[in-house]
This record gives sequence, structure tokens and C-alpha cells, in this order.
Amino acid sequence: MNAIVVSAFMGILMMFTGAFVKNRAVPRYLAIAGAILLFLANAIELKQGQPLFHINIYDMLKTSSYSLGFLAVMIGCLILLFLLSGEDIERVGHDVGEYFALIFFVMCGVAICATFNTLLFLFLGIEILSIPLYILTGSNKRNLLSIEAALKYFLMGSFSTGLLLMGIAMVYGGTPNASFYIASIDVGNTATSPFIIIGLILMLVAISFKVSAAPFHFWAPDVYDGAPTVFTSFMSTIVKVAGFLAFIRLFENSFGAIHKDWQKLIVVITIATLFIGNITAIFQQSVKRMLAYSSIAQAGFMMLALFALNDRAKEGMVLYAAAYSIAAIGLFGIVSRMNEFTISDFNGLGKTHPVVAFTATIFLLSLTGIPLTAGFQSKLYMLTSVVENSNQVWLVIVAVIFSAISAYYYFRVIQAMYFKEPNTEDPVELWNINGWFKSVLILLAILTIIIGIYPEWILGWLYYW
Amino acid sequence: MGEFITFPELLIWLPLIAGLLSFMLKKEGAAWTVSFVFSLAILAVSAASLFYTDPKFLAYNNVNYYYPNNIGNTFFVGLDGTSRILTFLTALVYPLIFLSIKKDEYKNASSFYGLLMLSQCGIMGVFVALDALLFYIFWEVALIPIYFLCSKWGGERRVQATFKFFVYTFAGSLLMLVGIIYVYLHTPPKVFENGTQTLHSFSYAAFSNAGLSAGDQSWLFWLFFVAFAIKMPVFPLHTWQPDVYDQANGPATMVLSGVMVKMGLFGVLRWLLPLFPEAVGKYNHLVIVIAIIGILYASLIAIRQDNLKRLVAYSSIAHIGLMCASIFALNITSMEGMMLQMFNHGVNVIGLWIVLDIIEKKTGAKKISDLTGIAHKAPVLTIFLFVIAMANIALPLTNAFPGELLMFTGLFEANPWFAAISGLGIVFVAIYILNLVQKVFYGETNTLTAAINDIGFSQKLSLAIIVVVIFAIGIYPQPILNLAKESVPVILGKLGM
Repeated sequence: MNAIVVSAFMGILMMFTGAFVKNRAVPRYLAIAGAILLFLANAIELKQGQPLFHINIYDMLKTSSYSLGFLAVMIGCLILLFLLSGEDIERVGHDVGEYFALIFFVMCGVAICATFNTLLFLFLGIEILSIPLYILTGSNKRNLLSIEAALKYFLMGSFSTGLLLMGIAMVYGGTPNASFYIASIDVGNTATSPFIIIGLILMLVAISFKVSAAPFHFWAPDVYDGAPTVFTSFMSTIVKVAGFLAFIRLFENSFGAIHKDWQKLIVVITIATLFIGNITAIFQQSVKRMLAYSSIAQAGFMMLALFALNDRAKEGMVLYAAAYSIAAIGLFGIVSRMNEFTISDFNGLGKTHPVVAFTATIFLLSLTGIPLTAGFQSKLYMLTSVVENSNQVWLVIVAVIFSAISAYYYFRVIQAMYFKEPNTEDPVELWNINGWFKSVLILLAILTIIIGIYPEWILGWLYYW
Repeated sequence: MGEFITFPELLIWLPLIAGLLSFMLKKEGAAWTVSFVFSLAILAVSAASLFYTDPKFLAYNNVNYYYPNNIGNTFFVGLDGTSRILTFLTALVYPLIFLSIKKDEYKNASSFYGLLMLSQCGIMGVFVALDALLFYIFWEVALIPIYFLCSKWGGERRVQATFKFFVYTFAGSLLMLVGIIYVYLHTPPKVFENGTQTLHSFSYAAFSNAGLSAGDQSWLFWLFFVAFAIKMPVFPLHTWQPDVYDQANGPATMVLSGVMVKMGLFGVLRWLLPLFPEAVGKYNHLVIVIAIIGILYASLIAIRQDNLKRLVAYSSIAHIGLMCASIFALNITSMEGMMLQMFNHGVNVIGLWIVLDIIEKKTGAKKISDLTGIAHKAPVLTIFLFVIAMANIALPLTNAFPGELLMFTGLFEANPWFAAISGLGIVFVAIYILNLVQKVFYGETNTLTAAINDIGFSQKLSLAIIVVVIFAIGIYPQPILNLAKESVPVILGKLGM
């Protein structure tokens, strides 16, 4: 609740800075302060167990320490994104204030997705989260690819919105006392109403669109590739993870009783996502596009949390959110400071930019899932939850095989950075690698290692009350 | 001492500190000195630990740090007979490696020495871990420094060869991780000292009493075995090895073949046998047959091999295959011999690699057909090589003799055919090792070998130590056998024998 109010307020405030402040750096500082304020507001609610604002919302929002803890992780990642790539947001175009404003509006949607208690608020949350993203994707107006990406995203996004609405209507129709509250959806003890089943499938498809799970991922590579890199970073980490939180909250609270039935659909989606994400990523030459596909592949791993849907899966989801977001924000941050970003442009980076290369290596190791990094812990929790839920060892084996395949494309970047000589004729330039940028990268790397060694540091907050 | 810090902790943290220090030192000579001094200190610690084997010194040898966590893992490390043999081997070979490369020049030498020390940290961790998750973490972490070492310094195709190795082992270890998770979920609840409780735990005791059904054991066995077999490597999962040994730099190869391949054998002894006794009883003959096929296959290829490094790689596959077969013979004789031989093979193969590395650096050639008559120019080197070669053939008085004798006796007890067929391997070893010595060292010198000079003092010293160890254990293997005697009954006891 606190986060919804503060982020909406910050969004409006940032809009006005564009009109009243001439200095381009001011919005950035204000945005960082706003993100920290957002974090604090959320932390206070987590600490006190009740929001600062007492508005009667008829129980349409419902908080738990899990959802607030999860939200804290996402807002924390937003702060890190602002610290690392704030200057890249300024560089996208003229309307600096508006970009930050849109990002805060997205965060408002994220906060609603974390706390909704009715299907209406789920819809509101997902829409508030999506519409600013369409604008952000197309914000680089001089780049045709960016505009194409925005249009594609908008069309596909509206399509999935339609499906979501249809699903909500079906479920509403199938619920006897005509209620939107997610807990009151009646899945039936013996036979589930066909309305509910159709509604469930439509909602599953719609949210799979949002988290770019195959076979509903087609928009993702082009959109992630076309959008300005810093917004790709935002979209493919914080926003995607928010989609998973909404996914878990909805399916656990309303359809938890028939988990065994829709679990089979999740298996299909998981394997398809892992397959398409990993296999296509192998063939990419552009690191940005490779990261786009890898983000699909990682979504496949996160789907395992929906498959298992037990306590450990929910813990694993938070860890995964933190691990994946931190690593991807770091890597996208580096990519956004490069003019060109094919794999061969990373050649010899270990020599020319040792700090950048070293931290990038840690992020890549974390994404691969090497022990002592956050990525390992999150994968461990995910895999354990799956075996715990159903003893479906074959699914875990499929997941780890794809994880081994993912080493192939992540390590290609490491190989380029350390084992190839820099291009001497056409050296790639990284702009503005200053002490600040390096320190934030090191901070991200340290966080990755800390979570990798002591994940309870984050998990403890999920059980605060 | 046990109050503050224990032997296994020192064995893990000292290499880590040395590695990090060496990274920070800009001066290459200083980095070498730091790494060398630390590796001597580690050797001293490891040697000291051999005198504290008595159960009353448990506090010096075992430590279990626990912190309340959701998943129930602890930092649990300890030394027993098997891990003492292997930690001592690891501690012994690093100073030798550093001595042998004292005069060599590597680009970015500080990172080179640093990575070497970090790899020692990971390997030590594997040998002392008594918590399955900790074991897994060290198992993978040991791989990362070696990956960078082999990819950064070495032959032209090193990056591809090392990456093949990495993917093989990474895939294998992930399969093992699946197995670990499955066993973990069948362990009993664990109560921590401060009263918190987790549903399951990763501790060694919990794992070996998980009470798995025979059906579960039979597939879990293979998940673990594949990971260990890739590391050893056992035919048909060996294909990464010749490429890596051929392309990687000398010291990395020494670490790989001297100690890292022992991680696979150690994994079988520490985890596979006690965890899945029923599956072991079911599959042990199958594994022996696979291992023996590997021995014959690798030996035959070694005979036809012209590339020196590949020759040693295949010879190593044959030797490891024999050790793998004797583990699964599952009797006291074969296991004791195998533990002794793990140590011996580590020492001998590192001796061989030091000699080959010297030859390659002096002549730039690694083909048997290009080299001849080195004995005329480097008589000291030749004497050392001769002893090491004899040890590889397992001649009496050398260290490999008692080891192989015990292994064959054990295999014979299991089934005379096993001993007879794998015995062919010994004949093949004599063929290709003597062939190597004869062609490379004797005969007339050629243009490549005419200009070389004999080895320097530090290289002499490291080879001399190896030769001393070879004879010492060849004449009096008892100290190592005593360590083996401590562990073997425990392992066989878990198997119900």
C-alpha cells in the first residue's frame, strides 16, 4: 500500500521536473532519492505490518510479509538500476523527467501486482505496469528498431490484455456468488466448472505473455533488442519478475486446490521456454540479443516455482528474482555503455577494462549457476522445490541439462573478454567508465556473492510476520 | 589449536589467502615467493595432521560450523584416512610444481600463481568436506581457477579444449546435484544446537543413513557415477582429457592429472559407496568391465601415440581405470592398494609431466618422432626420467609396485579374469613407456635436441624429491597403508562387508 502511493506520487513529481527544471542531472538525483524513499516506505510497512495511509479499500489489496519482502527486492533492484544506469536514461532522449516518471508508474503497477486481492486489481496492476513500458520501448524516437519494437510490444500486449480480461470474465461467471475476490473463486471439490477451466487457461496464457514464457515469447527478443538498453534492463528484470509474483499469487490463492491439474500445462510451458530460450541464445552474435534470449531461458527456470508452488519454491522465486535481476542489470549496464555489442566487441576487455570484465564474469557465472554466486542458490532452491513437490526427477534433469547448455553462451563472453586479444584496428569504445560506474558494478558483484553464500540474508525478511 | 582453528580449515584457507595475495602483488618474483612459501606452509600443516590421527584429537581434525538456515547446510569439514592421503598428496605436489617452474616466464605471472593456489583451495575443500552441499560447492569451485588457467596459458587450441572439459564436468556435476537434492529430501530432520530445526540436512551422517530404496539407489548411483567418471575420467567419458593435456600449460596439467582426477576416485570412496550400498552390489561388476575396457583401449592408443602429452594422457586413463576397477572389486586388499596407488600415481605422473614440460620448453617439440638423443645433452634429466618411468611401469622397489600388487591381488580375489585381462595393461605400459624413453632420450641428437642444456637447480631439486618419494614408498609403503587401513574397513562396513 505504501509503495503504491509513494510510487504514484513520485511518478507525478518526476513529470513536473521535466517542465520546471532545466538541469538534466536533477531528475536523476531526484529519482534515486525517490527510489530510496519508495524502499523505505515499503520497509516501514513490512516492519509495522500496516500501511501509513489508512484508506478503506474494502480488502481489495492484501499484503503479506512475503509479498512485501518480494517487493523490497524489486525496489532494491530499481535503486541499483538507477545508480548504475541513471546516466544512460538521460542519454536516451530529451524528456529525461518523463522516463523516470514512467518508470515510477511501472513500479506502481508492480506494487499492485504484489498486493492485489481481486481479479480487478490484478488487471489494473498488469495494465499500469504495461502501458508505460510501451512508451519506454519506443522512447528512442530516432531509431526505427525502437519504434518497431514499441508497436510490436503494444499489439502483442493488447492481445494478451484481451485474453486476460476474457479469462477474468470467465472465472467471474463461473464463481457462484459473483465475486472478484481471488480467494472466493470456487474451483469445486469434485468437478470444476468449465468456465473456471477456460478462464484459468486464458489467464495462464495472458500472464505467460507478460513473463515471455514460450510459446508466447515471440515479442520478447525483438522488443528487448529494439528498446534502449537501459529500458531492456528494466523490463527484462524487475518487470518480468513482478509478472512472476502476480502469477504465483493468483494461481496459489485462487487455483491452488486444483494445482495438480494445471501443473501439467506448466510442465509443457517450462520445457518449451527452456528449450527455445537456451537453444536460440547459442546462435546469437549480439550480446544484447543473447541476453534477451537468455532472459527467456531464465524465465523457464522461474516457471519451476509455479510448478512446485510450495514454500521452498516461493523462497526460491525471491532468490531467483534477486540473483537474476542483479546479474542482468549489471550486464545490461555494461552493454549500454558500448556502441556496438557483438561478442567480438568484448574481445580483450579483461585487458582494457579489468574491473568491468571481472564484474561481468561474476554476473555471467551467477547466471550460469556456479556455486558461491546468487545464481547457484536460487537454482538450488528451485530444483529442490520441484523434487519436494512431486518427486519429478526427470523434470529436474531436463532443467539442469539446459543449465549446462546455458554455460555455452555465457562462457563465450568470458572467453572473448579474457582469452582473445583486443581488436587493434577498430577498438570498441566504452563511454564514461568512471569510478562511480565501477563502484556500483563492484557493489552488484559483492551482492551477488553475499546472496550466494548466505541467502538467508534475504529470505529472513519473507517471514518477518 | 583445536580451539581456534583445525587442520582442514587451515588447508582450505591458507591456499585461498595465498591466491588472493598473489593476485594483488604486481611483482612476479614476489608472487612466486609468496605462493611457494604458502605452499610449503600448507605442506607443513598437512604433514603435521598426519601425526594427529588418533580419535582423541578429533577436535583438531573435525569442525562443524552451523548457522541457522532454511536448508540445513553447515560448514562441516574433517580429516580421515582417505582424505589425509589425498590432502597430503595435494600439499606435496604444489611446492614441487612451483619449484619446477621457478625459472619459467609466464605472462601475468601473478595471476598465474594466484589461480594455481586458488585451485588448491578448491581441491582441498573437496577432500575435507563432510557436508554434501559444501562438497558440491568445492567440487565446482575447484573447476573455475583451472578453467581460467588452462584457457589463458597454453597451446593454440586451448580455449576450445578447456571449454569442452568445462562443459563435460559441469554437466556431470549438475547431474550429481540432482542426485544430492534427491538424497537430501530423504534425510531425517536436523536439530541445530540453538534449537532451530530443518526438515532435512546435508550432513554426511544424514546422507549415509538416508534409507533409500533399492530402486532409487539404482538410478541415483548412475547420476553420481557419471559425475565422478567424467572427472577420473573413465572410458567412454574420457574424450576431454587428451585434448586438455595436449593444449594446457605444464603446471595446470600437473594439477589436473596429479590431484584433480583423484577427486573422481575420492568421490566414489567418500560418497558413492556408502550412500548406495545396494546399487554398488548390483553394478560393481559392470563398472569393473567398463573400467577394464578403458584400460585396454587407452593402452592400445598410447602405444600408437606420437604426441608425448597425449601418450601420458592415455597412460593416465589406463592407470585410473585400474584404480576404478579395484575400488569396485570391494575387498580390503584391492581398496588399500588403490588408496596407496592414488598417492603414487599423483607423484609419478607429476614427475613425468615436469620432465615433459622441461623438454617442451627447451625444444618446443612434443612429438616423439621429433626428439632423440636427449641423454647426451641432459644426463641428469635422463636419470630422473628413467626412475620415474620405471615407477610408471611399477618395477619392484618403486612406489607403484606395492600398490599395483595389492590391486591385482584384490581384483584376482574378486574374479581371476578381471586380474588377468587388466594385467595386460601392465604389459602395454612397459611397451609404450620404454619406447618413449628409448626414442626420446637415447640415440643420436638431432637439430632440435643438439642445442639444449641440462636442467637447473630448482628443477633438479623438485625431481630429486619425487625420486626420493618413489623409492621411499617403494621400500616402505606402510605409513600410507596405515592411513588406508583406517578408512577401508569403514567404507566396507557401510557396504555390509
